[in-house]
This record gives sequence, structure tokens and C-alpha cells, in this order.
Amino acid sequence: MDERRRARYIGSFLLLAALLGVLFGWNIYSGSLHLPTREVLEVLLSGEGENAAIVWDIRLPRILAAILLGGALSVSGFLLQTFFANPIAGPFVLGISSGSKLCVSLVMIFLLGRGILISSWMMIASAFVGAMLSMGFVLAVSHRVRQMSLLVISGMMVGYICSAITDFVVTFANDSDIVNLHNWSMGSFSGISWDNIRVVFPVVVAALVGTFLLSKPIRAYQMGEAYARNVGVNIRQFRIMLILLSSVLSACVAAFAGPVSFVGIAVPQLVKQLFGTAKPMIMIPACFLGGAVFCLFCDLIARTVFAPTELSISSVTAILGAPVVIAVMVRRRSRAWGEGA
Amino acid sequence: MSEYFVYTEHMAVGYGKDPIIEEISIHVRKGEILTLIGPNGSGKSTILKSLIRQLDLIAGTVWLDGRRMNDMEEAETARRLSILMTDRIKPELMTCEDVVETGRYPYTGRLGILTSQDREKVREAMKLVDAWELRDTDFTRLSDGQRQRVLLARAICQEPEIIVLDEPTSYLDVHYKLELLSILKHLVKEKNLAVVMSLHELDLAQKVSDQIVCVGKGGIERCGPPEEIFTGGYIHSLYGIVSGSYLESFGCLEMEAVKGEPEVFVIGGGGSGIPTYRRLQRGGIPFAAGILTENDLDYPVAAALASEVIKEKAFCPAGEQTYEHAVSVMSRCGRVICSLKTFGPFNEICRRLKEEARMRGILEEE
Repeated sequence: MDERRRARYIGSFLLLAALLGVLFGWNIYSGSLHLPTREVLEVLLSGEGENAAIVWDIRLPRILAAILLGGALSVSGFLLQTFFANPIAGPFVLGISSGSKLCVSLVMIFLLGRGILISSWMMIASAFVGAMLSMGFVLAVSHRVRQMSLLVISGMMVGYICSAITDFVVTFANDSDIVNLHNWSMGSFSGISWDNIRVVFPVVVAALVGTFLLSKPIRAYQMGEAYARNVGVNIRQFRIMLILLSSVLSACVAAFAGPVSFVGIAVPQLVKQLFGTAKPMIMIPACFLGGAVFCLFCDLIARTVFAPTELSISSVTAILGAPVVIAVMVRRRSRAWGEGA
Repeated sequence: MSEYFVYTEHMAVGYGKDPIIEEISIHVRKGEILTLIGPNGSGKSTILKSLIRQLDLIAGTVWLDGRRMNDMEEAETARRLSILMTDRIKPELMTCEDVVETGRYPYTGRLGILTSQDREKVREAMKLVDAWELRDTDFTRLSDGQRQRVLLARAICQEPEIIVLDEPTSYLDVHYKLELLSILKHLVKEKNLAVVMSLHELDLAQKVSDQIVCVGKGGIERCGPPEEIFTGGYIHSLYGIVSGSYLESFGCLEMEAVKGEPEVFVIGGGGSGIPTYRRLQRGGIPFAAGILTENDLDYPVAAALASEVIKEKAFCPAGEQTYEHAVSVMSRCGRVICSLKTFGPFNEICRRLKEEARMRGILEEE
């Protein structure tokens, strides 16, 4: 039986890796300017060519962003689901993404108004602060209500409030950078530069390694707090780590791609079903891969289906992700009426 | 005091600042089972949760093997104490083997990867509780009895020196109740474990425990071996039983006696009368029972259910005075039932009573 399980894990990883490869290729070919295969390969290998700038400076960073940020978002969702023992928790529904968005736009407008360009690090930092503020609110609520639906509803309310304030601020901001800001506040992987990637990469990788090192306590925590404590998990410390890591991961996404909905919930759910396990040592890399594949696919749709008009990434992720969430809720409801935990 | 493996001093527990129960004394040696009994809401679970450090103590100390438990690292208590609580856990996509494996975490490295030796321990524990064939079943699909067995295997493979269990037999049917407690009893002896648990089943608590702690509405009322606790009607006062009774010698519950002038006289003895007493009680018919010596098998049930019992001291043949009294009570009742099938020198008096009833034409022949 162990053999069968292992075979399933390996098979699933291979499947995700293959999808990632295919989508990578597809993404780099497709776009408003059609490039022959040979030319793309040439640019990728040598970095030179007639259209090097398009491949190298526009498409590639965008693909890398979708991979890194999509993966980060889905791992962040997995952590939040574990933390709240709630299958529909995620950075977007809990209002954490919107908190980041608000904080980043406030800082951005404040700095732009003084003629200072915001650096990548500052974007992440302000997104992190926003994430922590929303998280603080959600934690305070979760202390009072045990029901998962109420928790999610209050998270969504926070999300709406933050989005409303962001819209308000954006509307009254200086007009020069509004186009850019508007794009970002709707959610998009466009406009991400190599400079951004150079910051995102180490932060996401560090957070992922940190998360992976928590595999053991996460596994123990999946059995509930009492049993986790009993096998030696320092619950307080563990919870703080979990919150920090999930906030860092979702803050990176919010800072550079704006709010991206449903990836955090839908991908971990799909990945769990694909692998047939919730084992963190498998789930953390698998969620990362799954999130990367999902976001690459969604971004491909977002920029090609109605080209040259580009959709916001959230509208695509929502269409694909929301049904998954509904399916999860319906299944849980039918299995356990009103238990709510 | 150091002869005890785990003991408490001035332990006070509760949620928040105000203690629910104070001065809790729990003393348990290795190889012993200590059971908390008491009415619902008296705080048994709170005591257990505080004992396993899920709740902070409000006051006092818990000592484990001569050291303060609060000073110990989580990693150390994890290797010495394991638990089986009532929380209804619903781990997602975990097989039973996955669940039991988490019990080995205190012995694994940073990433929690099990060695083949760990896997062997998991297998042993699951076999011990007869759950090995459930290893690939999803934990959430188990029945209550299977779930408790798997969780017990988890607790066992943690190789603890003490196991704390909160109502491990609730929701289980009789078969699984007995099975779980037998496994526990066996473990205690074989692995020289200490066990602290709470039980709702008084009859089982009485039989399985070495020490009993009674948690009443006002705090810890009594501690001691079961023979000291299940005596003198104390259980009635602990649980505030007013309708019905708990028979300490049998460890069984009886319904409330039907009050009023006896309408039926039951001649019984040696256990023969019990079904009749219960039938009359169910029918709401007040009855008298006799002639029973106080050491008769029928006596405790008769005392609990009959409105009048004609009795004689233990190991004494009934005297003429008692006989006269029995006849007079019998004549007041309209009907007589004799549940006795056999007579001998020790119940000669009952044979005479039966003859008397037949002569008077009030004996119900079967």
C-alpha cells in the first residue's frame, strides 16, 4: 500500500511538472507579437535577438512572477487552512490580500506625491504590514466565533472595506500614475520587472523553506491543538510562525500582483484531491507547483483570450476557482450537518 | 510522596482567572489506574486538560517523576505523557496509520520522518488494539469504537509513562467499552504505565480502577480505592441521585421504588426474585419481599425496589417472630408470588410461607 501511495505522489508531481513546462512554453510563445519557435529558443539561450526585449524583459519576468506568486499564494492558503482548520480559508477571503493592497496603495500614493519611487522592498514591507493588520482583525474575530462561515464572512467584510478605501484613495490620487495603480489594484501579473523578481525570489524561497521546516508541527496540528501539544509542539510559537509565513507569502503577491482571488483556497483543495493526502511534506511543494500551474494558466487566459484587451487576473482565477470552493463547501455540508468546525 | 509517579499539590483549575475547582489531589503510581468520577459539569475534563497542560494551572503544582511538570520542555513531556481526549477531530485525508504515526513525532527529527523502527512501533501499537487492518482506512470514516482504538494506538506508540484519557468509553457500545478497558488494563500491567482517566460508567470505574477521585459539584469530595468510595450510599450523594439507586455490590442502577401499601408479596431468595421485583416495579405495583437474609443475592434489589422487605440478619435462620410478621404482611397483600423453585434446610421458612399462602388461596400458581 505504501508503494501505491508513493507511486501516486510521484505521478502527481510529474504531472504538475509537465503542466508547468507546457504552460511555460505556451506563455512564452503567445502574445500580441507572434514569434517563431527558433527565435524564442535563441533568445532564451543566448539572450540576444531581434525581439529579445519582448521575450526577456516582458514575457519571462511575467511568467516567473506567475510561478513564484501563484505558488506563494497557494502555499499561504494551505497554511491558513491548517491554522483555522477551515477548508475555505485563504488570504483573499480572509481579507488579508485586501489589507495588503490598501497599505501598499497608501504608501505608494504618499511617496509618489512626494516624487519618490517606491522600491520593491518597501512594497513588500507595506504589504506585510497590511496583511498583519487584517490578520490581527481576523484572529480577534476567530477568538469569538468558532463557526467557519462567520469567520470567512467577517474576513470578506474586511476585504470589502479595505478595497473600498483603496478605490477611494486611488480615485483621488495624482493622475500621473493612476493607470499603473489602477491596473495593479485590479490584480495583474503585468508590469513586473526583473528588479521586482530579484526581490520576490529570495523572499518567497526563504518563506517556502521556512514553511517546509514546519512540516512536522503542521502535520501534528492537523490532528487538532490538543494532540499537537501532546507530541511536543509549542503551540504559541508555532501559531506565530504560521501567521508570519502565510502573511509574508500573501504580502509578496499583493505587493506585486495586487489581489488575486481564490488561488489560495482552490489550489490546495485540488492538490489534496490529486495527491490523496494532506501531508505537509508533500503538500507544500505540491501546492507551490499547483499554484504556479494554475496562475500560469489563468494568466495565459487573461492576456490572450480577449487580446489585445487584458483581463484582470482575478476575474480568471475567480471563474476557475470559485466553483471549487462551492464544491468543497457542499461536500462538507452534506457530510457533516451544522458541525461548522 | 515520591512513591507517586504523578501527583498534584494544591492544584486549582479553571478557565481564565477564577478557579472552578481547588485543592485537587491526584496521586498515581506506575502500574495503577486512577479514575475521576462525578456528575456532568463538575470539572473532570477541566482537571484533565490542566493536567496535560492544555490549560494553565491557576494555582499549585503538578509533579511528574519528582519534577515540576511546568518546568519541563514540551519535547520531554511529549515522551512521557500521552493523551486520548474527547475532542472530535476530523483530520483531512489522513489514514488511520497516518494518525497513529503522529504519536511517534516526539522521537523523530526536524522533519518528522519515521524510521523503520518507528514504523514497527506503529505497527505493534495498532496490532495491540486490533486496528492494524484499519491502517489504510480514512480516519474520518471510522465508527466510534474504531476511532477510540486508533487513538489509543496513537497514544501507545508514543511510548508514554502515563496516559491521560478523557471519557474514553463514551459513545462506545458494551463490547467496545469492555475491550478498550481490557486493553488499558493489560497495558498498565505490561508496560508499567500510570493511567489517569475520567469515566461515566460507575460500574466499570468500580472494577477497573485502583484509585478513584470523586469530583463533586463543590470540588474534590473523596479519594481512595473503589471499595472505600462505593460504600454507604456515597454515590447517591455524589451524583445527587433521588429517583432510583445505585447498588454498590452489583454496580448496577435500579429505578425508583414504587411507593405505597404493598399489593403483592414476593417470596424469593438466591437471585430468583430479581426479575419479579423489576417486573412489578415496571408495572408500578408496590410490593413486599421476603423472607430474605441480608446476604441474600435478592436483598439489595429488594431493598431498592420493594416498599417493604421482611428480612433476617445475615447467615441467621429466620425466627418465628419474623415468620409471623411475614404472614401478617402477606395477608394484607391480596396476591402472593413465589419465585422460588427449590427449597432446602436454609429456606425452609419460605416453603412454610408458600404453604400458608396456598392455604389462604392467595398464592398465584404458575
